[in-house]
Amino acid sequence: MKKGASLYLDGITVTFDGFRALNNLSLIVEPGELRAVIGPNGAGKTTMMDVITGKTKPDSGTARFGDHDLTRLDETRIANLGIGRKFQKPTMFDALTVFENLELALKAPRGTLAALHWRLSGEARERIDEVLTEIGLTERAKDRAGILSHGQRQWLEIGMLLMQDPELLLVDEPVAGMTDQETEHTAALLRRIAGKRSVVVVEHDLEFVRALGRKVTVLHEGSVLSEGPIEQVQEDPRVIDVYLGR
Amino acid sequence: MPGISSLRFNLRLGLVALIFVLLLLPPVLNALPAGHPLRVSDFVVAVTGKWICYAILALSIDLAWGYAGILSLGHGAFFALGGYAMGMHLMRNIGDRGVYGHPILPDFMVFLGYKELPWYWLGFEYFPFAMLMALLVPGALAGLVGWLAFRSRITGVYLSIITQAMTYALMLAFFRNDMGFGGNNGFTDFKDLLGVPLNTPSARTGLYLAALGALLITLLISAHVVQSKFGRLLVAIRDAESRVRFLGYDVTAFKLFVFVMSAMMAGLAGALYVPLVGIINPGEFSPGNSIEAVVWVAFGGRGTLIGAILGAFSVNALKTWLTSFAPDLWLLVLGALFIVVTLFLPRGLIGLIKGRGA
Repeated sequence: MKKGASLYLDGITVTFDGFRALNNLSLIVEPGELRAVIGPNGAGKTTMMDVITGKTKPDSGTARFGDHDLTRLDETRIANLGIGRKFQKPTMFDALTVFENLELALKAPRGTLAALHWRLSGEARERIDEVLTEIGLTERAKDRAGILSHGQRQWLEIGMLLMQDPELLLVDEPVAGMTDQETEHTAALLRRIAGKRSVVVVEHDLEFVRALGRKVTVLHEGSVLSEGPIEQVQEDPRVIDVYLGR
Repeated sequence: MPGISSLRFNLRLGLVALIFVLLLLPPVLNALPAGHPLRVSDFVVAVTGKWICYAILALSIDLAWGYAGILSLGHGAFFALGGYAMGMHLMRNIGDRGVYGHPILPDFMVFLGYKELPWYWLGFEYFPFAMLMALLVPGALAGLVGWLAFRSRITGVYLSIITQAMTYALMLAFFRNDMGFGGNNGFTDFKDLLGVPLNTPSARTGLYLAALGALLITLLISAHVVQSKFGRLLVAIRDAESRVRFLGYDVTAFKLFVFVMSAMMAGLAGALYVPLVGIINPGEFSPGNSIEAVVWVAFGGRGTLIGAILGAFSVNALKTWLTSFAPDLWLLVLGALFIVVTLFLPRGLIGLIKGRGA
């Protein structure tokens, strides 16, 4: 079952002190699609995520999610539209337990009074348990997030995204620093997630992108260099030149 | 697991019960007949009552700083504004018993040549109105400053500097005679509150118990807040603010809520403090007061509520003891205390009690 809106970026340009982080970038992600975005350091991958999530406002260009103009909304509003983000460096709330981290991410009214009067319902508990199982952290539910291993932290953050029940998930380098086994586990997790929602994965690790086995977009100097299945992209002489060849 | 956490819970509850039982002792022992070996002096009751008000102030700072990470160096201003609101009521209660015997105008206004009461003094003759203002004025100021700062995402040391500047500016303003708040003399020579003369033992005991009751209520409210999902969100904002935004929460609203609530608690503390000590003047706005209150919280252990209360009592006990024979040393000791706590006791006294575990 596919749901949700498509992500549409057109002609996005972002400049920092004269440096063009994004240069006329265009990208479309269909509902339910799993898309990998690769590119060398400084290609604009993280800036692209910043634009989509409202952290950075583009100098020009269009960014839409369904009917919504993303360039006019702040992070909170965009998150509530159903766009979830996983950071390159796993960020969560170290002083809280794994369970509490998921509870805060759970889709529920976001107001101050709602938070004061919040009671954990049986339904909410079931949903959290479900995600705990999915990310393999059931045993760690009562541990503080700060003592998790690096791989577990990555999964917890993906779990928090799942709790938000977003239509579009942006995942920044989910397997950096992971063991091979953890990497495989993560690829399987993301493949399971996609289909129900759109997922955009930014990654350096080509093995991982191959394991995902979906459409790939290659960024270079702030714009799209090549797009297509991984086999095709790997054959593209321009890609070989700037990225794979080195 | 449940065994350990319930043990910890009982320990905390026991500590709270112990503190409140101990705090009930001074007025009880003070009521013993003179000459009784266990009788404590009026001075002890007065000083302990003052510390109870400080404990409420510490609690309010802990709520904002310990949980939400908002390090305000201007909470003394909210405390002082609450105190001034109560002071205005006490001044109006003097009536024609002032030195100049004017039926309406307080002495300082007669002295400064006021012909009538300034508009912002209207209503303060009513106790409920004055109490309401003791909460609303600090709350409104915190709301304004907080809204401007949090909306622009001013955090950390910049926010601390702004709040410090706020209290300093208010101090300068309240020092001015034409503000209509008594200038550098402030308010004093209060006569009675709710019909009870302030210099009687029953008034002293009543004010003491009112402060103690307020401490209990603010502690219970604070505990309720920090144990809710709201409280966990405050901790989340403290540790990773932008992550909370990406989860779809309006961080500004949460910070503003807790900052205003905290300022109102500080205002309440100030309102209870003024009739106990019998004076309020612009010195209460001095930046040093706000910083000292932050040291109480750091010393007791922030983010624990009970630590803030312990810190307020222990640091003030130390201050009272030390300044009785070496007043010049106090600021040095306070500074040293802050350094020692920061370096060696990041979790304060509470950290010592709970040990090095979780």
